[in-house]
Amino acid sequence: MHLNGICAVNDPEVVQLFQFEFHMIAKETKMNSQPITEITKRSWYKRNEIAITPWLFLTPAILFFLVYVIFPIVQSFQVSAFAWDGLGEREYVGMANYKELLDDPAFYTSLRNNVVWLFMYLLAIPAGLFIALFLNQTVRGIRIYKSLFFFPFVISQVVVGLVFTWFYDPTFGLLNTILGGVGLGPINVLGDPTYVTYGIIAAGLWPQTAYCMILYLTGLNAVDPEQIEAARLDGAKGWKMLWYVIIPQLKPATFIAFVVTIVGALRSFDLISIMTNGGPFGESRVLSFYMFEVALSEYGFRLGYGAAIAVVLFMIMLCFIVYFLYSMYKEEKGH
Amino acid sequence: MFPKPIEKSSRSVQIGYQFMIPVALILWLLPLIAVALFSIKPGVDFTSGSYWSLPSAFGGAENYGKVFFESDMPRYMLNSLMITIPTAIGAVLLSCMAGFALGIYKFKANLWLFFLFVAGNFVPFQILMVPVRDLTLDLGLYNTKTGLVLFHVAFQTGFCTLFMRNFIKGLPYALIESARVEGVAEWRIFVFVVMPLMKPAIAALFVLIFTFIWNDYFWAVVLTQGVESQPVTAGITSFNAQFRAAYHLMSAGAIVAALPPVAMFFLMQKHFVAGLTLGAVK
Repeated sequence: MHLNGICAVNDPEVVQLFQFEFHMIAKETKMNSQPITEITKRSWYKRNEIAITPWLFLTPAILFFLVYVIFPIVQSFQVSAFAWDGLGEREYVGMANYKELLDDPAFYTSLRNNVVWLFMYLLAIPAGLFIALFLNQTVRGIRIYKSLFFFPFVISQVVVGLVFTWFYDPTFGLLNTILGGVGLGPINVLGDPTYVTYGIIAAGLWPQTAYCMILYLTGLNAVDPEQIEAARLDGAKGWKMLWYVIIPQLKPATFIAFVVTIVGALRSFDLISIMTNGGPFGESRVLSFYMFEVALSEYGFRLGYGAAIAVVLFMIMLCFIVYFLYSMYKEEKGH
Repeated sequence: MFPKPIEKSSRSVQIGYQFMIPVALILWLLPLIAVALFSIKPGVDFTSGSYWSLPSAFGGAENYGKVFFESDMPRYMLNSLMITIPTAIGAVLLSCMAGFALGIYKFKANLWLFFLFVAGNFVPFQILMVPVRDLTLDLGLYNTKTGLVLFHVAFQTGFCTLFMRNFIKGLPYALIESARVEGVAEWRIFVFVVMPLMKPAIAALFVLIFTFIWNDYFWAVVLTQGVESQPVTAGITSFNAQFRAAYHLMSAGAIVAALPPVAMFFLMQKHFVAGLTLGAVK
């Protein structure tokens, strides 16, 4: 993986310039250091400097990451084997929480909605590609248009949720005003168990499509013009050109779009919490939201049961994480 | 370039395209434009039921005035700033160091550690929720900005390290080698050789983390409650409860809450996009 545009220091002149500076830095170092006689018995640190330095630099990051990310994952697995209200004694219950999940209709609703989210959310990728192709021109003012199209991604999901709640409102919402204009009856998107999840996903697709669009715009910028010319000479154009020449070259952008979209779909929480709070009748819950509801809301503090739901969600994510890491590993070895 | 540059098409296609872009943009931003319109309508428009007419008078000054002077909004905004900025500084600092270690040195655990950071970054928040909340309570940091900042720094370090490590790997290794030949101490290589070259990456990460943390809602709800420490994403729900059904005020509040990351984006667009599209190009 490489960064686009922001690292271009392969210039030999720059290297020379730096070499001059090293002289200065090295001089300073020597002046501060011990007399020459000491060099033969340099300190233990000096002798092992190259082996130790990376660990010194890594320590703070590893420490933070262990305490707040790695240990909590292990602890969640532990907690899921207990019945616990967060205050009193933990009571070991073994697999009872997981057994209870199997008979919990709310769990199945959440799981089903998670699957719907995963598939529907992926629509952001072709939609983003479509907008990117539409905007990949050099007419005047196009830069401003590109940033304005990207705009929804910068806004917090809380605000996106509010905006779309009003957009869907059955009495005054823009959607129903427009539908009413063409003679279609009002739909209460967020109040109808069949539509509610799709309505929320549509709101989520708005910023996610913008994200995929910016990935593809960057990708399109780097497509090899010679290959396009060669393909044009061979008579390729339109769809064929897109499918056989352009999309293969956009593979890195597609991979990242896929990763961020999957992660985003499984993390969906903000929109559901703001737009419906899981309703109506719990029909818009997903695992992440149901877990929160069980563990930390008025339904009572059942942290053990919540942790069990989180573990299921984590296991689903783990399949994707393994795939992502495997792809990155192949990439690293390829270099 | 693909698709074919529009300048090579006929005049009518070009005009058609020039006309289509703004139309598409308006459709794309329609929900947002509606909210912006709501926020400058006077309250009387809503009680009389004329939601979609043009504003009967300009109510913007009054609406936004109410948000700033008659609600807790300024307090929430301040909280958000006091959470977002230390987090961005902390995460960038930690990841500069970790990225330097992983990008420059060859040692056995290198790739494994790197993948650990990457994997942690994809984890669903909910698996961390119960233990992190518990830990924060034990540390006495529940419902404090510090508690949120510590967690955010730790979690964002995953993404930031991925970013920094790849950036540093792209730097010419010859620079580091020649510095070593000159006898420059390793930590001095970090401070005087690598850091100056990392400025664009640092800027990119800073804007990205600022936006991510400003927009965080989940952890704000899990680790804080009440006006003393809640950021604006969580605060806006209490704001909306205060002004229930006053759509002109709720719209103004939503726009105010969304503004800082938007401003950040437009000011630092180049860095923002460079950061976000990391790896999108080979």
